Amino acid sequence: MSTTNYIGKPTSRVDGPAKVTGAATYAAEFHVPNMAYGWVVSSPIAKGRITKVHADEVLAIPGVLEVFSHENVPGLAWFDRNYKDDVAPGGSPFRPLHEDKIKFNQQPIALVVAETLELARYASSVLRIDYEEEAHETDIEAKRDEGFEPGRGKSGWMPPPPPRGNPDQAWEEAEHHIEHEYVHGAQHHNPMEMYGATVEWRGDKKLTVYDKTQGVVNVQNYLTKIFGLSKDDCRVINQYMGGGFGSGLRPQYSVFLAVLASLELKRSVRVTLTRQQMFSFGHRPHTLQYVKLGTNPDGTLAAIQHHALHETSQFEEYTENVVNWSGMLYQCENVKLGYQLAKLDVFTPQDMRAPGAATGSFALEVAMDEMAAAAGIDPIDFRIRNYAEEDQNAGKPFSSKRLRDCYHQGAAKFGWDQRNPQPRSMRKGNRLVGYGMAGGVWDATQKKAAAKATLTADGKLLVSSATADIGTGTYTIMTQIAAETLGLPLEAVTFKLGDTDMPEAPVQGGSWTAASVGSAVKSVCEAIGEKLLKLAQKMEGSPLKGASIDEVEFVNGQIRLRQDPDNAVVIRDVLQASGETKLETDTSATPNLLKQATHSMHSHNAVFVEVEVDEEFGTVHVTRVLNAVAAGRILNPKTARSQVLGSIVWGISMALMEETVMDHQFGRYMNHNYSEYHIPVQADINDIEVLFVEEEDDVVNPLGVKGVGEIGLLGVAAAITNAVYHATGKRVRDLPIYLDKLL
Amino acid sequence: MIQQSSTSAAQAGGVAAPPPTGTVRLTINGQQHTLQIAPWTTLLDALREYVHLTGTKKGCDHGQCGACTVLVNGKRINSCLSLAVMHEDHDITTIEGLGSQENLHPLQQAFIDHDAFQCGYCTPGQICSAQGLINEGRAHTEEEIKEHMSGNLCRCGAYAGILNAVKEVVDSKSSESRR
Ligand code: FES
Ligand code: FES
Repeated sequence: MSTTNYIGKPTSRVDGPAKVTGAATYAAEFHVPNMAYGWVVSSPIAKGRITKVHADEVLAIPGVLEVFSHENVPGLAWFDRNYKDDVAPGGSPFRPLHEDKIKFNQQPIALVVAETLELARYASSVLRIDYEEEAHETDIEAKRDEGFEPGRGKSGWMPPPPPRGNPDQAWEEAEHHIEHEYVHGAQHHNPMEMYGATVEWRGDKKLTVYDKTQGVVNVQNYLTKIFGLSKDDCRVINQYMGGGFGSGLRPQYSVFLAVLASLELKRSVRVTLTRQQMFSFGHRPHTLQYVKLGTNPDGTLAAIQHHALHETSQFEEYTENVVNWSGMLYQCENVKLGYQLAKLDVFTPQDMRAPGAATGSFALEVAMDEMAAAAGIDPIDFRIRNYAEEDQNAGKPFSSKRLRDCYHQGAAKFGWDQRNPQPRSMRKGNRLVGYGMAGGVWDATQKKAAAKATLTADGKLLVSSATADIGTGTYTIMTQIAAETLGLPLEAVTFKLGDTDMPEAPVQGGSWTAASVGSAVKSVCEAIGEKLLKLAQKMEGSPLKGASIDEVEFVNGQIRLRQDPDNAVVIRDVLQASGETKLETDTSATPNLLKQATHSMHSHNAVFVEVEVDEEFGTVHVTRVLNAVAAGRILNPKTARSQVLGSIVWGISMALMEETVMDHQFGRYMNHNYSEYHIPVQADINDIEVLFVEEEDDVVNPLGVKGVGEIGLLGVAAAITNAVYHATGKRVRDLPIYLDKLL
Repeated sequence: MIQQSSTSAAQAGGVAAPPPTGTVRLTINGQQHTLQIAPWTTLLDALREYVHLTGTKKGCDHGQCGACTVLVNGKRINSCLSLAVMHEDHDITTIEGLGSQENLHPLQQAFIDHDAFQCGYCTPGQICSAQGLINEGRAHTEEEIKEHMSGNLCRCGAYAGILNAVKEVVDSKSSESRR
């Protein structure tokens, strides 16, 4: 019996005690001496020019230290490339306080710095700024005919594959066909913690930057390039993050402004944004999609056509993979995919949980439901008839894919057989009942990442990597991986993250942290293991003499022979006998490209939903959701389940509540606060459950893990939309499904 | 009580300077604190920026999210909607006062056991709110708890875990009181 096998076991968060007691310190909470406060002033107009900043009026208030604006910001780096962060899209990045031009509403146009938070806020509220307004365009409807194909997108973006087969003719000649437009508006990430940075001035242009970010390394690169700082003088730290969902992939203007003020004033500065200002940067773009599907008499797909048009800013070409999934989720010989952008006077959209796929899977999966209904086939049966055994976009087999089991196991557990296929056929009192399903696909990616491990003579192991834990459970799963790899008790292992003094890791995004940093942690612990074995073999009368690393295992605080577990050495004794005080090493893990090149690597899911719709009021209650997820090996069923549960809540939100409403007259988001930007509350959530269909996959990475941060969101909004159709007979194609759309 | 401090409310170049700061005495987690703050400093900002008790979180500053929930004389309030100066004679309890990492409060333990959070940023507010709910003594069924915990947003969507955690503690309390 071994007790140090932690991988795959439900494990409580190791950072839990810190989080539930308030001991976990977030970026804007670090107490540094002699700190000033900065407050951001946002543009009230969408486009135009600042003609005058009346800074002198507020500088006269005792305690106000400085007003930074384009009028007085010193010459910083000149070239665009200095402002390009590691995940920037194509185009010319926005430079805060760089010029008099206003490019979007709520653009940061000044920073007021004062001795106290209250003073800075007050002074910013009375700061007068004169503008010259210009006509703006914020409505994508006006740009329907001005879509263009993006050039080079951000890394990870793939232009849609060229058409295959004869999609137009096949659609025309199909036995049944449908074509519809699907729409959702802009959505904002709105993590609970607002963006903010505490910059500690350590004298002589040396800074410690506590910043809310999904990638400390990205922020460090960005800041050093712009402000001409050396990396040693610009340490960036973020150990806890109050939610990200993609909003913290790119450095925010809050950290730029805090660093600017700190360097100019030569003292520590904190800048936090307001909830309103959380609507002043990236968002999931307003997207218009057109889908055409056709079926053959046997219920196989004759043609798939999917076109998307979404907004971007005037200065950057934000791209996400919206339509590509439609060429790989189902088997079809005739496929045409199109993808275009339209420029508006808004800030650049930004990756938001399952960017592109959340959008694309909504359209495709509602269309699939419509197609199944038109062809008179059960929606699950329809998907199984069109099951893709290989990725036709890439012409490669999947490294693993148990989506079929998600359909079968999910349907059985949900009770899909209780569904009467006829819409409006099921009810409970005055509520119409509907069952709907949908699903999706997401990338399984591994990036290069590094980690360092130190084993000390007291048997304690410290592992670190400059990655993040935005609520995903990184601390916990890395601790599990390290403990199991070296056979140490969980309590003996500490994992640290979020500090640029640690080995480099990529931004936390794309669901790749478990695979990337996990592989690095495993490999650095294996390296420690090899060193340990060598030392163990030098011990007097060592039972491990002559054993190769493959012949031993690290379990229960011991190194022992696999064949003969009684021949063992206690790990703590090894270091003590050797006289070494510690063993230390660092290493990085890179994807095995040779192995991966021949495969398509993805996670999949199938979502089953029950809704009840009040017949008179049109209110939709999501009474049950079951999300069946195939995402490789699940490292920690407890935290992984929470991620998928969170995605279900996000899907309910996307389907029924979430939308940032633009008033085009002002070019301004009008519901920019938590009371008018609706997200679910406790009372909105009923019976939600997760089913993991585990996969074995030695292609994706050495751990066989695919990541679960995003896959769970896919298909949820579509399944709810399909369930609402089944309940009411009304097909809604623009989200969110407000009650007026059902009356 | 606010006492006038020496700086006067001078007119500054056409812009009125804000009212002066004053001394405010607060009892937080049983400890006395004397603060020199503006009369319009919220209880939330007083806690976070002046007492450095940052366990109480700011999610909106407008009474819309519940992240800033603390207990005042055992009653849950949104500390962002209340001025510090209004609480001089009150007993203020924050998340730091409920329990510590070495000595967790039952709600804190239940939140860990049920994985009732991800990022943890709404968590102190959820826990204080749950304690306030228990103090109110009115929520017993799941439906009631859901309704009365709906002033605390969780963007990570940890609601299922939160409900189970709160329910567990509510149930254990009511079985205690029945004994
Ligand atoms: S910060 Fe007080 S309710 Fe949101
Ligand atoms: S745990 Fe992140 S907002 Fe609730």
